[in-house]
Formats: sequence, C-alpha cells, structure tokens
Amino acid sequence: MENFTPITGLIGGLLIGCAAVLTLWASGRIAGISGILSGLLFPHKTDTGWRALFIGGILIGAACFAWFNGGVTIEIQTSPGLTVIAGLLVGFGTRLGSGCTSGHGICGIGRLSRRSFTATATFMFVAIVTVYLTRHVLGGNL
Amino acid sequence: MKAATPTGANIALFLAGLLFGLGLAVSGMINPAKVIGFLDLAGAWDPTLILVMGGGLALTLPAFHFILKRPAPLYGQKFHLPTLTQIDGKLIAGASLFGVGWGIAGFCPGPALAALVTLNSSVLLFVAAMLAGMALHRLLLE
Repeated sequence: MENFTPITGLIGGLLIGCAAVLTLWASGRIAGISGILSGLLFPHKTDTGWRALFIGGILIGAACFAWFNGGVTIEIQTSPGLTVIAGLLVGFGTRLGSGCTSGHGICGIGRLSRRSFTATATFMFVAIVTVYLTRHVLGGNL
Repeated sequence: MKAATPTGANIALFLAGLLFGLGLAVSGMINPAKVIGFLDLAGAWDPTLILVMGGGLALTLPAFHFILKRPAPLYGQKFHLPTLTQIDGKLIAGASLFGVGWGIAGFCPGPALAALVTLNSSVLLFVAAMLAGMALHRLLLE
C-alpha cells in the first residue's frame, strides 16, 4: 500500500461532500457530473447557465489546485484506441444508467436510493473485474 | 416555460463546482493511475478511493436527510430529484458499460473533466469520446 494517501483522500472526499451538500441545499439539484454535463450537449434556453457555471467551477477548482501545488500529477497508460473506447463506454453507460460515481455514489447513496446502491455496486464490481482482466489476465497487452 | 435558475442558486452551483474540482484534485482522483490502483485488488492495492467516497458520504448521508425534509431548496421552488425508483435492465446495463470504461481508463466523468486542466492529449481524447458517447445515447435512445 505504498501509494495510499489517506489524509489528502479524506480531505478531498470532504470537499466533494461539501459540494454535493451545497448543491442540494441551495439549488435542490443532484451534483451528478454526467447528468449536468450531458445537459450541456443539447442545451435548453433556461437550463444551460447553471450547468456551465458548475462545470466551469470544476475546471477552475482543479486549476487552482494545480496552480498552488505547482502542477498536478496524472499518469495514463491506456493506448489512444482504448482511451476512445473507454470514453465512449463511460459517456454512453452513465447516461443509460442515469449517473456516475458522483450522482449515484456520493449523492444517490447519500439519499439512500436503492437504484444508486445497485448502480454503484454494479459499476464498482465490473470495473474491478475489468482491471483484473486487463492487468493480470491479458497482462497489459492491450 | 421553465423559470430561469435563481441568481443565488447559480452562485452556489459555481462555488459547489469549485469545491468539487478542488476535492477531485486534492484527493488524487484526478489521476487515473490512482483510481486503477484502487480497482486493482490483485496489484499494489491503494485504498484511497474508499476514504474519498467515505468522506463524501460522511457529509451527504446526514445532511441530505435534513435538507430533504425542508419544503424547498434555499433558492428555487422545489427539489429536482430523480423520479425513477425501479431497478431495471437499463440501470444495470448502463452501470456495467460505465464500469468497463472506468476500469479500462481509470477515468469517470468528474475526474476526467478536472484533468482537462493538464491539457494532456489523452485526457482531451477521453473527454471528447465521453461526450460522443453521451450524444450517441441521446440520439439513439431518448
């Protein structure tokens, strides 16, 4: 567990929790990124501004961290072809399944939704199996 | 015609986005290698994601309970909550497809957006494909 970073993980989780609580308390909305983002793709006149502000906030929040931290580490080992396939699956799947890690995992479980418990257990399990297959069975030959 | 989002809600949603982006970056979830480190139970397992979700849920679980007892959010007429309650094939299929994509790339929608600030070409490719996947769902199934 040499990569385990419990303190920053917990602080980051609490910040995300604050964001979800602020969103529901102030606006009555669910802070689900896939839902908020997909609404921007085919915009409605009165339903675009708040989505753009939220997504803009995410970008500025991450940029602020990168600025103060002197950069941000990301490591990507996935080939471009697989990256495109993964992106398509994440985009299509989160719409078909009505949410992602934030909408189902943080907000849906937060309001004790059975659908969100089910979705979160499903995508966690499938992702763990996928990583096992790609990393240990196919041996990173993808 | 739907009413435009109140200004107070717009400001709160921007701040919430900011906190969300900051949380994703602070927690390290912006780095797909760290997410795959969590999903890879058979590898050098990194449990950080548990603390991120745990930190988020430690706030949303109690706070949502009280917020949803209120008649309306602070700004706006009503709560905008998901209306579906049944666990159906779409939920399971969608969560599964999302799980495969998440396992391949290590990106779910929030961290992928936040990682755009690195201007890394793989992130841009992933986000473009994710938006295409969302659009595909809209065009085929909505």
